[in-house]
Amino acid sequence: MIPEIGHFALILALSLALCQGVLPLIGAHRNDAAMMAVGRTAANGQFFFVAFAFGCLVWAFVQSDFSVAYVANHSQLSLPTVYKVSAVWGAHEGSLLMWVLILSMWTVAVGHFSRNLPDSFAARVLGVLGLLSTGFLLFTLLTSNPFERLSPAPTDGGDLNPLLQDPGLAIHPPLLYAGYVGFSVAFAFAIAAMISGNLDRNWAKWTRPWTTVAWLFLTVGIALGSWWAYYELGWGGWWFWDPVENASFMPWLIGTALIHSLAVTERRGLFKSWTLLLAIAAFSLSLLGTFLVRSGILVSVHAFATDPTRGFFILTFLGIVILSALVLYAWRAPSMDSTAGFRPLSRETFLLLNNVLLVIAATLVFLGTLAPLVVEVLDAGKISVGAPWFEVAFAIPMLPLVFLMGLGMHTAWRSQPAEPWIRMLRLPAIVAVVVGILIPGLFYGRFGLLVSIGVIAAIWVVATSLIQPIRSWRSGVRLTPAVLGMSIAHLGVGLFVLGVTTVSAFSIETDRALRPGESIEIGDYRYEMRELRDVDGPNYFAREAIVEIRRGGEFVGEVRPQKRQYLVQKSWMTEAGINVGWNRDLFVALGDQIGSDVWSVRVQYKPMIRFIWLGALVMALGGLIAVSDRRYRVASRVEDRVKGTVPETA
Amino acid sequence: MLRYIALIVAFILLFTVFAFGLFNDPRKLPSPFLGEQAPVFELPSLTEPGRLVGSADYAGKPALVNVWATWCVGCRQEHGFLLQLAATGAIPIYGINWRDNRPEALSWIQQLGDPYDFSAFDEDGRVGIDWGVYGAPETFLINAEGIVLHKHLGPLTAVIWERDFVPLLEAGGPSS
Repeated sequence: MIPEIGHFALILALSLALCQGVLPLIGAHRNDAAMMAVGRTAANGQFFFVAFAFGCLVWAFVQSDFSVAYVANHSQLSLPTVYKVSAVWGAHEGSLLMWVLILSMWTVAVGHFSRNLPDSFAARVLGVLGLLSTGFLLFTLLTSNPFERLSPAPTDGGDLNPLLQDPGLAIHPPLLYAGYVGFSVAFAFAIAAMISGNLDRNWAKWTRPWTTVAWLFLTVGIALGSWWAYYELGWGGWWFWDPVENASFMPWLIGTALIHSLAVTERRGLFKSWTLLLAIAAFSLSLLGTFLVRSGILVSVHAFATDPTRGFFILTFLGIVILSALVLYAWRAPSMDSTAGFRPLSRETFLLLNNVLLVIAATLVFLGTLAPLVVEVLDAGKISVGAPWFEVAFAIPMLPLVFLMGLGMHTAWRSQPAEPWIRMLRLPAIVAVVVGILIPGLFYGRFGLLVSIGVIAAIWVVATSLIQPIRSWRSGVRLTPAVLGMSIAHLGVGLFVLGVTTVSAFSIETDRALRPGESIEIGDYRYEMRELRDVDGPNYFAREAIVEIRRGGEFVGEVRPQKRQYLVQKSWMTEAGINVGWNRDLFVALGDQIGSDVWSVRVQYKPMIRFIWLGALVMALGGLIAVSDRRYRVASRVEDRVKGTVPETA
Repeated sequence: MLRYIALIVAFILLFTVFAFGLFNDPRKLPSPFLGEQAPVFELPSLTEPGRLVGSADYAGKPALVNVWATWCVGCRQEHGFLLQLAATGAIPIYGINWRDNRPEALSWIQQLGDPYDFSAFDEDGRVGIDWGVYGAPETFLINAEGIVLHKHLGPLTAVIWERDFVPLLEAGGPSS
């Protein structure tokens, strides 16, 4: 009964989404206040019913109601309760429902915080979000109903994919979706502005905080996914350039470009049509990511089951959304020309370069991801584009970007006099070069051109990001959250680059067969396998090695890598044993059993790897601080009219 | 204006590539056995552990080889149809009980019925590897010459049987 109620709630949500998608748009066109007002109410109602349906599905999982096909396929009696809940979004149907839920949350938030915006604009934004929601609810109900019954009901379920039975993966998808879906808000703002034809700077000001919040969720989501891959897949890698990873990374790159381009549009009224295009592109790439994951069009470890009907539906939806956005854009964009100019040495120039480089990076990732598909469609065989290609291709635009970042941060809008600028940046530049050349040699006993370039880039960004916070601390003049947030986000980039450079240059890795009592030495560390034993988990059994790590005779720690066999799906999982330190990880994973008491063991030394995720978190923290800036909260129409920045064209 | 049109054209091109890619079903590719001789196997019988059964038992006549396991929900879904199909006597069905445990598999057959002429007990999944099994259930249609005519992934239903199997079976062998 409960699943049917959930199903019904979804149908009600669809009806409300349709009202929300149609009435406010008509209302805004006719300037009918009553019709425009429907938007908020419908959005709240839709959220209620989607949340209710979601609750029903959670209930079905927690109760192990195997008469629901989705539950039977993705849960199991002995699955720990927390994973029964996270199994809700562990596969296609439920994750789609979660997508719709998050979209309706964003919509409710937009409805709530848009009270200061002009009514017709808010109505159009809610209308566009309603139409998107209608599409996704139709997709859910027509092709991927999570409440489908299974008769006869099996006595036990097929279990959740063991890879997903992990706390990291339990929260990775919701965060990632919050980011993906969050770009729908920037998209809706762009569409609303284009429909109204009133593309003033305020549009950028209203869009900025939403874009930043979506971006910070995406940042944390991607970082969490990477962290999970690191400790769960057992290879010790943190990024694989897998199509599905790329699918989440492309919106991130374009979203980052969008954040910067919005800054120019807000402050200077420039790049308007470009910013609109980025807003469309960021969300289109999120939709594309969904399409790639859901349709199984690209072969990937992440991809959910292949299903052409689903793929066809989402492709059609994608086509309608993106094509109508582009047609609208082609119609409106030519009428937007900026009059303001800027000097070659100005913040505008650097932000322009930022955008160009980020878009190039995203394009390269896009090409690498889709090349295999294009080649296959052209019937020219099968190719795969691997990590080495991506690493080189990606570094080409990113390395200059990192150097330019330090310059751009300290450049004034419009025009920057060269002399004080050089004086300010001289010290960080010297520090970066000296440290960049010395650090690899001092700490890791090896010099190298590429490593030094990487470390110089990282230290340069860290040092230049700290200039403003240090000055403010000395002078006692507080920075605005916008400036502080920017500095911290860029600091995060520096930490990230430092981590990536060090890990890729100085990691050590060995595979060796070990039996209890034997040991391996790599770097300064000695790993001794003390014991092998069996361990039983709730739904798996495991072989566990107890490995003691010493450095120069001194005890560093003990790790317990496991090889687990999950009882239902019979699949083997590697649980790496990791000794975590701020400046290095010691990573031990069990490979295969070679003899009765002999296992192949993979031992790795990963210097500074924590900086990769720390960097991402610091970036997100910067975003969080930036959105807390007062000017986004008091963005009332009245204030702007007084300042005369709103050219009322009504 | 031209550049905006170029943008839209580029998108339409990409869209077309996707549409084609979508119908290029990646699942169709990976059966290297299609049209080839089915792998030979010999395993203990599920019901009589002492007896060896295998591909020799169905040599010279068309057969359906169904890979199943008690832990697989799809197998439970298709089990009813397999029983019906076995009752019509259209084709003998041979099971490969894949990566399973014997007591559970026996009680499954006792409770739900046994559509199989025999089930070979492939405990460690080695025969499954020879047959290129991705996941249960999988069903292979083999003709009298031992050639794999069709492979179906996922639960078998009457509709799929009529659509994908019957035409091949009718065209496939003089002995049917």
